[in-house]
Amino acid sequence: MSEILLDVQRLSHVFKLGKYAVIKAVDDVSFQMKKGEIFGLVGESGSGKSTVARCIMNVYKPAAGKILYNGIDVCDSRAFRKHRKMLESSRQIIFQDSTSSLNQRMTVEKIIAEPMSIHHIKPPRGSLRAEAEFQLSYVGMDSSYLDKYPTELSGGQRQRVAIARALSMEPELLVADEPVASLDVSIQAQIINLLRHCNEQHGCSILFIAHDLSMVEYLCNRVGVMYHGKLVEVAPTAALYANPQHPYTKALLSAIPVPDPIAERNRSHIDFDETAFDREGTMVEIAPGHWVLRKEDSQ
Amino acid sequence: MEELLKIENLTVGIASPAGKVQAVRDVSLELHPGEVLAIVGESGCGKSILCKTIMKLLPKSAKIEGGKIIANGVDITDYADKDMRRLRGKLFSMIFQDPMTALNPTIPIGKQIAEAIAIHEPKLSKEKVYNRVIELMELVGIKQPHERYKLYPYNFSGGMRQRSVMAIALAANPKILLADEPTTALDVTIQAQILDLLRQIQTKLGTATILVSHDLGVVARCADRVAIMYAGRIVEIGTAEEVYYDPRHPYTWGLMQSLPALNKGAKELKTIPGMPPTLIDPPKGDAFACRNEYALEIDYLEQPPMFRITDTHYAATWLLDPRAPKIDSPMGGMGHV
Repeated sequence: MSEILLDVQRLSHVFKLGKYAVIKAVDDVSFQMKKGEIFGLVGESGSGKSTVARCIMNVYKPAAGKILYNGIDVCDSRAFRKHRKMLESSRQIIFQDSTSSLNQRMTVEKIIAEPMSIHHIKPPRGSLRAEAEFQLSYVGMDSSYLDKYPTELSGGQRQRVAIARALSMEPELLVADEPVASLDVSIQAQIINLLRHCNEQHGCSILFIAHDLSMVEYLCNRVGVMYHGKLVEVAPTAALYANPQHPYTKALLSAIPVPDPIAERNRSHIDFDETAFDREGTMVEIAPGHWVLRKEDSQ
Repeated sequence: MEELLKIENLTVGIASPAGKVQAVRDVSLELHPGEVLAIVGESGCGKSILCKTIMKLLPKSAKIEGGKIIANGVDITDYADKDMRRLRGKLFSMIFQDPMTALNPTIPIGKQIAEAIAIHEPKLSKEKVYNRVIELMELVGIKQPHERYKLYPYNFSGGMRQRSVMAIALAANPKILLADEPTTALDVTIQAQILDLLRQIQTKLGTATILVSHDLGVVARCADRVAIMYAGRIVEIGTAEEVYYDPRHPYTWGLMQSLPALNKGAKELKTIPGMPPTLIDPPKGDAFACRNEYALEIDYLEQPPMFRITDTHYAATWLLDPRAPKIDSPMGGMGHV
């Protein structure tokens, strides 16, 4: 289990804004994911968590740094070409907005079967339709949806179709970029249960990106906290929630709304002063597996 | 206590190509001065339409089909747009979900706040208006108001924009503030600040607030009373303590149980099976019956009335009928802290 699936080393990515200005979306981020693990990445909007996901999926080419997937450097075009088939089929992504990530002009059947026909995989269950039906039943929808279009489905159903499409390749790594952000509470719970089931039954590793910290606490084994493109803290979930070290993590955790009126009214928030954020520093291990961004001389 | 806003058996229908959507069905509620009433429900349950009905900001296709809205002792149900314009801003004003679309991107923030003041008090001198703008900006926690007066919405972050929208909403000292998902578009840390601000303003100015949200955590932070809405109806209403610690409606149980915060260490989150019904042709009887594991036979036949639990706590479920079988709340062992 302790085998490393994904190793992100000193990843940086910049976006150009006009002629001179650049924005450092991801700045020197390193973390590792073990096989069979659910790793959560949290942070506020604009902190670079989606950019990390897109770099991992080869959507963006990082400005600096390496991403090793099963030991293969996916950013190196020669290595990528050599292992292309494996890399393209064993890594899958689910996007936040299922309206724009599913083709409106394809039926659910075509959407789910598309990855298989692209990779010329012989459907193990006979036909592509049977395969689509199986994947659909796996995510809890019946075969009557096969001939429907995404516009005819509700948000939760569309997100299930997106998950079914990703799972049809039996991925080793599933990158879920805010998969539940736009859904209702009861539907969120269904999708979370589904992701957990995939992880437990199929050993599929999940990189779970979210800003809902209570979801992350429930689902993930380990969590990384990002702020302004920097990874500020990485720790096992229980350790992070019980003993946050970085001032930003503390502020973030204190802001989670708890569905408990009396406790919530008496709770005070820790405010994080943006100007006090220091980009310098290195990750220091303060407990086994618990890393914090810190200046060396401050401790 | 005299209620500020009283809604009696309000029903709203919206015409659509597929048929009439019964967005709000037979809703009754009261709002007392200085309290925060939260309306919680899934998307499409009619909570935003209810807010817009109170403000009379409904689209043309929507119509009030029955019931009464009594604001400040006056029946405003049949008020025309001209009459409503006198009330909006002064009696009630609204904060929307997305601050960027609520603000004009081509006018400086200070001017937009000044506009709201000048409309309500046209005789006020320029200097006095300016002072009032600064006062409002300070009230909603915008630091350095003199410098920021001239900045445009795009110079502001999401949280600051929402603060500016609140300043505009509070310009004419409204008695009722309607906040429609005011923090959904914001980050958690900013969300907490805005919610604290909402609470502060409410204690400072005594503004009664209706907070619409789908997040039970957010609601717990600032609501005095909570109404749970499902399929256009209010299914449970009570003080925050009553609804959170002693929920009685199976739908409220379902909502609470699907929250990860209340299920730490659980193997699986509990979900509510199925989908909410379409409101074009709402089912006979209780709309929640087909998703309800505790449904009784009568749930499919007849709509349950609001059963009284305490003077402030009501729930619409047949389980509270004296003839119904006794069911222990699944929330009993949840162990709230």
